[in-house]
Amino acid sequence: MNKIKRLAGILWIVIGPLAAFYLIKTAVQEIAAKPTVDTKIQWFVFAGVFIPIAIGMMIFGYYALKGEYDHLPESSEELTD
Amino acid sequence: MNQNNKGIWKVIGASSLGTLIEWYDFYIFGSLATVIAGQFFPKTNPTAALLSTLATFAAGFIVRPFGALVFGRLGDLIGRKHTFLLTLMIMGGATFGIGLVPSYESIGFAAPVIVLILRLLQGLALGGEYGGAATYVAEHAPVNKRGFYTSWIQTTATLGLFVSLGVILLTRHNLDPDLTKSIAKFNDWGWRIPFLVSILLVVVSIYIRLKMNESPLFEKLKKEGNVSVNPLKESFGHKANLKMVLLALFGATMGQGVIWYTGQFYVQSFLENQCRLDFDQSRMIVLWAIVFATPFFVVFGSLSDKIGRKWIMMAGMLAGILFYRPLFSVFVKDTDVKEWVKQDVLLIQTDTTLLNNNNLQLKQINSSYKNYYGATFTKIETDTLTPNGSQSVYKKDTTPVFINKKLGLEKYIKFIFLVWLMIVFVTMVYGPIAAFLVELFPTKIRYTSMSLPYHIGNGVFGGLTPFIATLLTTIYTGDPLTGLWYPIIIAALCMIIGSLYISNKIDPNVND
Repeated sequence: MNKIKRLAGILWIVIGPLAAFYLIKTAVQEIAAKPTVDTKIQWFVFAGVFIPIAIGMMIFGYYALKGEYDHLPESSEELTD
Repeated sequence: MNQNNKGIWKVIGASSLGTLIEWYDFYIFGSLATVIAGQFFPKTNPTAALLSTLATFAAGFIVRPFGALVFGRLGDLIGRKHTFLLTLMIMGGATFGIGLVPSYESIGFAAPVIVLILRLLQGLALGGEYGGAATYVAEHAPVNKRGFYTSWIQTTATLGLFVSLGVILLTRHNLDPDLTKSIAKFNDWGWRIPFLVSILLVVVSIYIRLKMNESPLFEKLKKEGNVSVNPLKESFGHKANLKMVLLALFGATMGQGVIWYTGQFYVQSFLENQCRLDFDQSRMIVLWAIVFATPFFVVFGSLSDKIGRKWIMMAGMLAGILFYRPLFSVFVKDTDVKEWVKQDVLLIQTDTTLLNNNNLQLKQINSSYKNYYGATFTKIETDTLTPNGSQSVYKKDTTPVFINKKLGLEKYIKFIFLVWLMIVFVTMVYGPIAAFLVELFPTKIRYTSMSLPYHIGNGVFGGLTPFIATLLTTIYTGDPLTGLWYPIIIAALCMIIGSLYISNKIDPNVND
């Protein structure tokens, strides 16, 4: 099971930039098609909130790949670096 | 009932009432967005329109997670009780304030600016409230009933929506014996009543919360001098905590957010805008479904104490993934007027209006019909005056629009059942989640650590569901159900991550 968890980490690392690319591509197309203030704000907000989340997904994938989730902590002592 | 039981019910009552009021305050703005836009954000003024868009997006999706950070930090530094008292006061004050702001016509540009600031305060307060209430209840609850007791907090968001829809409908219908006049009065000044009513509820809730004690676990930390010095750094700066915050977001709250908003918000928007169901009926369907589904928050919260939190939440996500498209396609099929008119329909009334639009002479014919099963609808045909030889004739509209559809009793009950089913999926993912999040993080950084993934999951992934789903249907116009791919894909991703990485073990000790 731990092997699957680690291998899946690669998938999460790839999903992050893929999602960000799709988001930016759609935003550019939509703003070009309808360049109103409403459209621009809407897509800037989408990009502003989802790109950091996509980065978070890559970090999550990296941790998974490194085996950080092989064992989940069961007490606070285990939650210290 | 022994003393301990009495104590915990007081804790639940005080926490839930305040949280319910906060949700109520937050939702009435969203439910009255059109009326408020007319009062404060006239489309003719581009700056006001810009502020309107900001008020819609910023409050729900940016400020909420920010509020989770600000108040989460405070809650881990000064305590749960005082922090969620503060969020309640900010929310109540902001809501009451919106009810008092003079319109754009009276004070001009200041009106939308004040409303925007008050709306941002609402978002900030909501971001801080939930984590505090859930933590407070969980830290009072006995080990084997943490899911059961925290599930009462989970009912408040749905009940807040219920109360807001109820108060709006009641006010809208009761300002004048004549319904048309009553609605006109509501749009003019009556919309302020739901905002002003909030202050009474908030005062009662503050009074009750003031009498409560601080969480026993936080008190213990404080006595031992173990309160976190910098909860933000401890939550997100340390890899060991950050990885759990990311797991909570991608393995639980992200999917929970989209299931929640699809089952309670997108469904209503879909019934009203896509299926063109009558304004009141689409809301009544959601209201009835909420009434019958709400007890299931407690059922699944309680069940999670026995079999673990994980698989109940994952099953709720799976149900959404599998059944959203079939369920929504029933809505489309059953509101298709072409099917209704296959049986005999009775013409009730016809109104004809002549219009001039961009030098086009138009004739709009509104015809109301009723079918054998009691369903009613209005057909709008817009014929255009076109030259035909020496004369002009009206060219028949070949694509009439059908609006104000009202279902007959049988289909009305069927729709309530289908929405109820979707809210049951919501109760599966949402009922156990407070206990799950509380158990994931240690006491000293709990408020901060659980608030952020919760509000990103709900505010960003969930809150954007109606917008993104609607947007998808405008980009890919061929399929009215295209919008559902957003919640389906997010829920599927979350379910896979949750199933792989989350543990089903119930943490017996949150006192650490």
